[in-house]
Amino acid sequence: MKRKIIEFLGFLGLRVCVYIVLAVILLFLYDIGSKGGGAISWEFLSQAPRKGMTEGGIFPAIMGTFLVTVVTAILAVPMGMFAAIYLNEYAKQTRLTRIIRLAIRNLSGVPSIVYGLFGVILFVNILKFGTSILSAGLTLGLLTLPWTITASEEALKTVPNSYREGALALGATKWQSIRTNVLPYALPGMFTGTVLGLARAAGETAPIMFTGVAFYLPFLPKSLSDQFMALPYHLYVMATQHHAISQVRPLAYGTALVLIVLILLMNMVVFILRFKLRRVKKE
Amino acid sequence: MNLETKIETKDLNFYYGNKQALKNINIVCPANRVTAIIGPSGCGKSTFIRTLNRMNDVILNAKIEGEVILDEENIYSPEVDVVKIRRRVGMVFQKPNPFPKSIFNNIAYGLRINGMRNKRNIEEIVEKSLKEAALWDEVNERLRENAFTLSGGQQQRLCIARSLAVEPEVILFDEPCSSIDPIATAKIEDLIQKLKESYTVVIVTHNMQQAARASDFTAFLMLGELIEYGETEKIFTNPKNKLTEDYITGRFG
Repeated sequence: MKRKIIEFLGFLGLRVCVYIVLAVILLFLYDIGSKGGGAISWEFLSQAPRKGMTEGGIFPAIMGTFLVTVVTAILAVPMGMFAAIYLNEYAKQTRLTRIIRLAIRNLSGVPSIVYGLFGVILFVNILKFGTSILSAGLTLGLLTLPWTITASEEALKTVPNSYREGALALGATKWQSIRTNVLPYALPGMFTGTVLGLARAAGETAPIMFTGVAFYLPFLPKSLSDQFMALPYHLYVMATQHHAISQVRPLAYGTALVLIVLILLMNMVVFILRFKLRRVKKE
Repeated sequence: MNLETKIETKDLNFYYGNKQALKNINIVCPANRVTAIIGPSGCGKSTFIRTLNRMNDVILNAKIEGEVILDEENIYSPEVDVVKIRRRVGMVFQKPNPFPKSIFNNIAYGLRINGMRNKRNIEEIVEKSLKEAALWDEVNERLRENAFTLSGGQQQRLCIARSLAVEPEVILFDEPCSSIDPIATAKIEDLIQKLKESYTVVIVTHNMQQAARASDFTAFLMLGELIEYGETEKIFTNPKNKLTEDYITGRFG
């Protein structure tokens, strides 16, 4: 009897925790949706801000976030995946690789403002990329790397060793066994981790604040060395730096809603891609 | 009886870190015969068989001394290409390990990585290998289905077909029947008897009846040492060593 009560209470506790988390998420989405939904219109999505950002839309910020995320992806996706492949498949498991792995895990815990400051020094000042899409994208890329490496390595670890050995025993070279008999099965997991990392980067404010984002630009960036507007920074400005608080509040909520929907879309794309890849590999 | 030696070990020592797993093993595996390696768990059987196609290369901190001679060439000498060795010395693992692909592609895999592109050739060899592994009749209508839909015994025969497809000279079986049922085991034992006509077979087993039934030569290992080696019939009817006798009569193991 006592065991049954303990079990009941245990499950109850677990269930309550899940409900609390769900409630917080729903409340959060409802708050943003209800207050920002009214601001969303075709004009809001396709126009630049006007009249000191109290009217108009957020198109430059959407484009800026998109462009900077592309730069981030170009750096972080291939490098993260290749580093993970090297660490998991090729590197000898010595003390040095353990330290490297630990360092990578720790990097994912470094506050994003630190990446921002590092980006200013390295990309803006030393490499002279200026405050630009390039500098901001690379800074975000560094921020994403630990996540993509760790997630990709975990994905590689889920591929059973028997696939590697089976291929080797048939006369495959190491790279052949990895390319044809490991990567296809690890890719969905690698993608997921990578895009989750990118989604996180797309929502970051601190790392781009010093490296390239602009308060207000009436035009779109024309090259990688231009400054840009970005959704998270725009939101930050609207929410905390603008003098006409009551006028821009709905616009701020609208911006937040767009940012959340964009990240949701990114995650949906991964979800679909995963599904497709999983079907392909079964043939 | 004069037998040609296919693969032979000379003073083979193997270490995992500081632990010595094989001690001075000298075994001759004659061509077109089945050599069985028996012994209690942890005696080094699997370690031994994996030295014959250098599958132990991937193990960290492992060290090997001595020679493994395949057709008069030491497969551990530096100029030898390990990939070519593994193509000549195929391996079937303890647990059936089909790849998560179709039955057809499981077998075509080895051909493709070895550079074969001609579709018709691949189809022919897939069929030939499946017939050789006595699996064709059971799967010829479902070649495009995922290999995981097969039963355990069928999966193991698929793995055998897969290694046959790349035309090895030697096939190593590492306890191939330890995870499948007796009927499937009987099929694989029959198969091994057929295979020795064209291949040299080395099989690790913890099942003494299997060694007695299926092999021509038997090596008895214990704690990394070769206790006795000889014709299977002699080992099982008239063992020279007391330990061998105790083991095959089931006094320990």
